[in-house]
Amino acid sequence: MTEMQFGKAINLALADALDADDNVVLMGEDIGQLGGVFRVTDGLQDRFGEDRVMDSPLAESGIVGTAVGMTFAGMRPVVEIQFDGFIYPAFDQIVTQVAKLHYRTQGTHRVPMTIRVPYGGHIGSVEHHSESPEAYFAHTAGLKVVTASSPQEAYSTLRAAIESDDPVLFFEPKAKYWSKGEVDTSIQRDLHSAVVLQEGRDVTLATYGPTIELAMKAAVAASDEGIEIEVIDLRSISPLDVPTVAKSVEKTGRLVVAHESQLECGIGAELVSSIVETSFGYLEAAPERVGGYDLPYPPAQWEGQFLPSLDRVLDAVDRTLGRRNSRDASAGTKQGGAAA
Amino acid sequence: MSIIDSTTRTAQIDGLHDPLSVLSPEGTRHSNDVLDPYLADVGDQELSDLYVDMTIVRRFDQEAFAMTRQGELALWPPLLGQEAAQVGAVRALRDSDWVFGSYREHTAPLLRGADLAQWMRVWKTQTYAGWQPHELHVAPSQIIIGSQALHATGYAMAAKMRGNDDVAMACFGDGATSQGDVNEALVFSSTYSAPTIFLCQNNGYAISEPVEVQAKYPLAQRAAGFNIPALRVDGNDILAMLAATRVATERARAGDGPTFIEAITYRMGPHTTTDDPKRYRREREVEDWKERDPLLRVERYLESRGSSVEGLREEAKVQSDRVAKDMRAGARAAQASPSDAMFEHVYASGSDRVTQQRKQHAALLGSLKGGAAA
Repeated sequence: MTEMQFGKAINLALADALDADDNVVLMGEDIGQLGGVFRVTDGLQDRFGEDRVMDSPLAESGIVGTAVGMTFAGMRPVVEIQFDGFIYPAFDQIVTQVAKLHYRTQGTHRVPMTIRVPYGGHIGSVEHHSESPEAYFAHTAGLKVVTASSPQEAYSTLRAAIESDDPVLFFEPKAKYWSKGEVDTSIQRDLHSAVVLQEGRDVTLATYGPTIELAMKAAVAASDEGIEIEVIDLRSISPLDVPTVAKSVEKTGRLVVAHESQLECGIGAELVSSIVETSFGYLEAAPERVGGYDLPYPPAQWEGQFLPSLDRVLDAVDRTLGRRNSRDASAGTKQGGAAA
Repeated sequence: MSIIDSTTRTAQIDGLHDPLSVLSPEGTRHSNDVLDPYLADVGDQELSDLYVDMTIVRRFDQEAFAMTRQGELALWPPLLGQEAAQVGAVRALRDSDWVFGSYREHTAPLLRGADLAQWMRVWKTQTYAGWQPHELHVAPSQIIIGSQALHATGYAMAAKMRGNDDVAMACFGDGATSQGDVNEALVFSSTYSAPTIFLCQNNGYAISEPVEVQAKYPLAQRAAGFNIPALRVDGNDILAMLAATRVATERARAGDGPTFIEAITYRMGPHTTTDDPKRYRREREVEDWKERDPLLRVERYLESRGSSVEGLREEAKVQSDRVAKDMRAGARAAQASPSDAMFEHVYASGSDRVTQQRKQHAALLGSLKGGAAA
């Protein structure tokens, strides 16, 4: 058990994976001598050599597409997309090739590839550097989509991703890279289970990755008013661990889902829909979603207002409890019924 | 001499209009300084074997085309006219070399022994898996244009990392040279000196668009920008294609990196069985290319050598008939699977969600009148 930063935990997971299996190779832009723009791969090229930690040309489709080719030679590539908003040039290779090759070959070819993607906001950056594109990939059959909320989760989940025989998109909440926590490298985690981080009897608050810290703060704030929030770290975005959330909702009768990505056709929509299917009779209020507004990611001066905040999460909790809230307040206006 | 390299590019451009060849359409064998050293072991017998290969490929292709017209297959993209380009290239490889092709590359799986009944299930819309890639060292065929060039490059990079001397061949058409993935593959192969062979079959058309829409200059010239040597070859000359691909494999195995081959050929048939080429090209053009047929020139050459072409034709026919018969029987015998099978192989590790939907789908079918199973 050692205390380390989130980014260092990822670095350690990559190093341990490179050590454990000669078929593991890393490829990405600036991951070599620079150690990545966030220094997550710092020192790995010096330790494992240029053949296993490769600086790639600046071409995201090329990175993912050549990694697909490497899987035909039995390799287990771990590629880095430098920023969330840079993943779209690789979208075709991910959706058409990475996700479907196992299906298209009737299971005779596996694509054990991990695609690491620093994602999310709160870093005050320029365009295309703060997005949360996970829903695009969750929508695609054949991909696993996971994230992490602590250094321990980052270490253990990334090791599981690299060992997976299915392709995994590993979304790294970049605003958390410098947060610290204890890491025990012997702890193993799967790629499909949600965990209940804090128990509570009144409202289930399900979220993941960068929004977990906010959820925990919301639970503390609500407890001041006598409201108990049960916080669930979804961990896996695809598949969603619906049974764990359903069990919680069947206790609390109320659900709020929060995430940084936009609401429309998002993870919240999927989870709420699933819970309505499994647990309709237990619901005491309409489930609520809190996410990025349905806009392009705005200039960073507004990201604090665009992304879920303590106020917006608590406002959604209030809605499920029938307390005074922003929706009721806005219902009197001409626009009416604005979602938070 | 039309190896293009960035230092001598200007001098080579004129030469590009005369693709490398050793066997003319009239069946005359002429010398070529670039190719001849790679043909020293190819005598009349070896050429006859290549002729048989081409005949089998042609017959296979025509049989599938006919079966589609007869409603037994759903669709077929014919390779008619491209037999030399494909057979020459594939026969220059070792079995351990990988081929990453598009949907018109029927030759590699055929010559490497793909199970025809299984393969034809693809064209009966019963499966996506035509063959087992790791048995044949032929990747699944690609419909998305140019994607496979990156896969070939990645395989070649891995072969180099592993220290073996296998090569990977990417097969694509003239249209694909406009795709980002092909250009990125050229970048990666160049940067890492990957043992990749870029085989571009310039068959004149990307569905209806003539090659001039892709480039107003020889496609082989694109390679110079990546500092990748290029060979522009008469793609209907089986010997030139064999030799050019041997040049490329030799370079790749020696650690000299990728080679780009532009095979000048012609798609004699439609893009697929749903296409109507009369809407975009003149019959005269097709007639002209018939004179440049890849099989005809071998017959003419062997005839001029005093060989019995009749005997060779007969031998080729016997083998081709067998392939065609197997294929037709296999395709006919292929039965549609129950829809339950569509839920398989989404994930190597399985999926609760897919399993749940599969069960529910089965329950629905079971509950319908008569319990229909499909």
